[in-house]
Amino acid sequence: MEQISILEGRHKQVFEKKTGGEQVEIACDTSSLSGSVSQRACVFCGSRVVLYPVADALHLVHGPIGCAAYTWDIRGAVSSGPELHRLSFSTDLQEMDVIYGGEKKLYHSLIELIEQYKPKAAFIYSTCIVGLIGDDIEAVCRKVAKETGIPVLPVHSEGFKGTKKDGYKAACHALMQLIGTGSTEDISKYSINILGEFNLAGEAWIIRKYYEKMGIEVVSTLTGDGRIDAVRRAHGASLNVVQCSGSMTWLAKEMEQKYGIPYIRVSYFGIEDMSKSLYDVAKHFPERPDIMEAAKQVVSEEVKELYPSLQKFKKALTGKKAAIYVGGAFKTFSLIKALRSIGMSVVLAGSQTGNKDDYARLKEMCDEGTVIVDDSNPVELSKFILEKEADLLIGGVKERPIAFKLGIGFCDHNHERKIPLAGFVGMYNFALEVYQSVMSPVWQFAPRKGVKK
Amino acid sequence: MLLRHTSKEVKEREGLTINPAKTCQPIGAMYAALGIHGCLPHSHGSQGCCSYHRSTLTRHYKEPVMAATSSFTEGASVFGGQANLLAAIDTIFSVYEPDIIAVHSTCLSETIGDDLQQITRKANDDGKIPEGKRVIFASTPSFIGSHVTGYANMVTGIAQQFAVSTGAKKNQINIVAGWMEPSDMREIKRLAKELGVKIVLFPDTSDVLDAPQTGKHEFYPKGGTTIPELESIGDSLHSIALGSISAEPAAIALEKKCKVPFETLEVPIGLTATDRFIMSLSEIGGVTVPDEITADRGRLVDVIADMEQYLYGKRVALFGDPDQLVPLTEFLLDLNMKPVQIVSGTPGQRFEKTMREILDARSPETKFKNGIGADMFLLHQWMKNEPVDLLIGNTYGKYMARDEDVPFIRFGFPILDRIGHSYFPNVGYSGGLRLVEKILTALLDRQDRDALEEKFELVM
Repeated sequence: MEQISILEGRHKQVFEKKTGGEQVEIACDTSSLSGSVSQRACVFCGSRVVLYPVADALHLVHGPIGCAAYTWDIRGAVSSGPELHRLSFSTDLQEMDVIYGGEKKLYHSLIELIEQYKPKAAFIYSTCIVGLIGDDIEAVCRKVAKETGIPVLPVHSEGFKGTKKDGYKAACHALMQLIGTGSTEDISKYSINILGEFNLAGEAWIIRKYYEKMGIEVVSTLTGDGRIDAVRRAHGASLNVVQCSGSMTWLAKEMEQKYGIPYIRVSYFGIEDMSKSLYDVAKHFPERPDIMEAAKQVVSEEVKELYPSLQKFKKALTGKKAAIYVGGAFKTFSLIKALRSIGMSVVLAGSQTGNKDDYARLKEMCDEGTVIVDDSNPVELSKFILEKEADLLIGGVKERPIAFKLGIGFCDHNHERKIPLAGFVGMYNFALEVYQSVMSPVWQFAPRKGVKK
Repeated sequence: MLLRHTSKEVKEREGLTINPAKTCQPIGAMYAALGIHGCLPHSHGSQGCCSYHRSTLTRHYKEPVMAATSSFTEGASVFGGQANLLAAIDTIFSVYEPDIIAVHSTCLSETIGDDLQQITRKANDDGKIPEGKRVIFASTPSFIGSHVTGYANMVTGIAQQFAVSTGAKKNQINIVAGWMEPSDMREIKRLAKELGVKIVLFPDTSDVLDAPQTGKHEFYPKGGTTIPELESIGDSLHSIALGSISAEPAAIALEKKCKVPFETLEVPIGLTATDRFIMSLSEIGGVTVPDEITADRGRLVDVIADMEQYLYGKRVALFGDPDQLVPLTEFLLDLNMKPVQIVSGTPGQRFEKTMREILDARSPETKFKNGIGADMFLLHQWMKNEPVDLLIGNTYGKYMARDEDVPFIRFGFPILDRIGHSYFPNVGYSGGLRLVEKILTALLDRQDRDALEEKFELVM
C-alpha cells in the first residue's frame, strides 16, 4: 500500500509498543496542531456534554446560533421525567450584539424562558465571542437569580479557552455552585453519588439498580437523568464513584476537599470492571459485610446469566482484531479487557483527551505491536487500521463512516450508542453489536480492506 | 410529549431563539467547499466549530467529511489568528496534500478582526502555497445570516477567485448550484446532458458525499468541480443561478469580474420551477427539449391528475431554507394543496417578497416568517392554533410531528434519521414525482391508519 505519513510534529503522540524499542513517553495534554484534521472538539462541547443530561434545568447557549443548533438533542441522555434539556435555546447573537454587547438580550431571554418553562435552575453557556465582546455574564446571572429565585449559573465555556477537558472543568465548577445547597437530612450513611455517568440509552438506571440491590443509597447521578434537587444534596453522600474520569475527577476532588467525601474511579464496561466497581464500593463500607455479600450476589447472578450467552460471540470473534479511538482514555482500558473477554485483540488504542498516567497504563496493558495514539486524525486512523488489519473500529460519529468505507465493522461507544453498553447486560449488548457488525454479510460484497486486492 | 411546554399563545420574543430553523454560516461554507475536487475545507476558528460541522455533515450523509481547523487557543484570540492560519496552510499542504484549501472564517476569527484575504496573500508571498495549488477564502461570520449565507459566500468566493476570462468565449453554460443535495446535482447534470447542453456545475458534491464503498477511505473522493472547470467559468456564455439566496451572489460576482451574463431561477423543485429551468437552459443553449424530458414531465402531470382528490386542500406546514421553500410552496399550490404555515430561520427581505408574489394570489391567508424569531417554536405554536394535515421539514420536525400527531416528510437540511436524500433527487420532473409519492404515501398511510373499519379501503 502507499505510505501515508504521520503528521510532522505528531510523532510524539503516536507510539508502537515493541520490546527493546525506544521507550518514549507519549506526548499528550497538548492542543492540536493548526491545520490538522483533528477529531477533537472545544471547551464549549466539553461543558455542554457534561451538563446536558440535567433534565429539569434550562440550558441557554449565549452566542451565535450554531453552538446551540449543533448541540440540540444530539446526546441520547435519557430522562425519566422532565425533558427540558432536549430543547434548544439560544440568544442567537447578531452583528449588532457583537458590537454593542449581548447582556440585555441575555437578560431578557432568561427572564422569558424562566417564566415560560419554570426550570429548577439555569445554565448559561458562554461561547467564543462572548469571551471577546466582554459581556458580564456573572452580573446578568446574579441579577436574574435574584429576580427569579432560582440558581442561574454561568458556565465559562468559550471554545478557544483550552480543550474539551477545560470545558468539563467549567461544567463541574457550575455543579459545585449547586452542591451543598440542599438538605442532607435522611441520607443514609451507606450512600454514594454516581459521577460521570450520563444515562446514555438508560445506562445510569442499570448501574443504579445494582447499587440499590446492594443496599446502597444513590443520592445523585451526575449528571445522567439529572435533577437539580438531587445535585444540591450530593454533598450528603459518603462516597463518590467516578466513571469517565476525564470529565468528573475534578469535581470529585473538589468535593473531597470541601466536604471530605472520598472518591474511587470505576468503569462499568466489561464483566471485570463492572464487578470491580461494585466490590470497590462495598469495600468502602467494611463495617457492613452484608453489602459485600450482596455485591457478590449481584455479580454471581448476573455473570451466571451473561457468561454462557457470550460464548457464541466469542467463538465467532476469536482472533479478530480491534482498533479503539474514543474520547477518554479510561474507557479504553475497559474496552481492551472487554474485547479480550470475547476473544478479540486490540491493535490500535487511542483517545482524544488521555493524560500521561493514562497512556503509561495503556502501554502496560497493550500487547506487543499495538499502536497507541493521542488526538489522532482520519489519515492516521485509516493507516493503522489497514496496516494492522483491524476487523473492528470502536469510536464516535466521525469515525463510523471511515470504518465502513474501509470495509470493517464499527461500534459506537460514544453519544450515539442506541443500546446500553454499561453493566452486565451492557456487556452482552456490546458483544452482540460487535458480532453483528464484524460478522455482517455486507462485507462479503465489499472489497475487503483495499490493500489485499 | 417532548414539546409539552409549547404554549398556544404567540408572544413577541426579545431576541431569543427556541429550536432554531437555521444554523450558522461556516457549515454552509464547508459544504460548498466539499463540492470542489481535491479541496480540503478549513475552518479558521476554534476546534469545536470544525468538529460540529463535520459531525453534522457526517450524520446527514453517513459519509466521512474531511476538514481542517486552525485550532484557536487563547493566544490566537489575543494576538490574532494569522500565525495559526499560516501554520495550518503549511501543515495541510505537506500532510494532506489537497489541490485547494478553502478557508472560511468563524465568529471568533471575525470578531478579532482576522483578514483572510490579507493572510492568504501573505501565505502566497511567503511561498507557503506550492506551485499549482490554491488557497481560496470566504468570510462567514456566524452572527450574520445563516448556514445558507455561508454557502452563498463560499460559492461566491469560488467564482471570484477561480474565474479567469481569457477573451475567448467557450460554448458552455455555468450552472451555479444553490444549496442542494448530491443527488440533485447529479440530476441537474443528467438533465443538461439529455438536453445536449454543455454545462459547468459548481459546486458539485455528487461523487463526494455519496461515494461508493470501495474498501478505501478516499480523502478526496472523485467528484467535485475541478480547477480547470472553475477557471473556465469566466469564459462561459451565460450563467444560471439556481436559488436567489444561495446561488445568485456568485453569478453576480462572476458577471462583475468576467462579464458573464446571468439569470436567476429557483432551485428546480416541482413542476413549474422545473419547467422554467428546462425552458431556460434549452433557450440559452439553443437546443430543443428532447422527447424523453417531455415524457418525464408528462408522467409527473399524469400522476398528479390520477391522485388529485387526495391532494386537494390538504393543509401543509413547512420550514427550512428559502431557496427550497419557495419552489416547494409553488409546487404545493400546483398540487392544489394549501401551504398554510412557512418558517425559515434565514433572514432577508427577498424571501418575503418572493413568497408574497407567489402566495398573494393563490393563498393569501398563508402565514410565513423568516429571520429572527422565525424558529420551530413559532411554527409549533401556529400548528397548535391552526392544525395542519402534513408537516414538511428537516429531521427536527419529528418532535412537532409526534406531539401534534401529524404526518411528516423529511425535506431539507439536516436529515439525521433517514437515508435517501443523497441518492434520490428532489429536483427535476423525477424529483417532483418522488415528492408527490412521498406526500401521497404520508397522507394515505394516515388515512388508512385512522379509517374506521367499514371505511378502510382497498383501492385508493
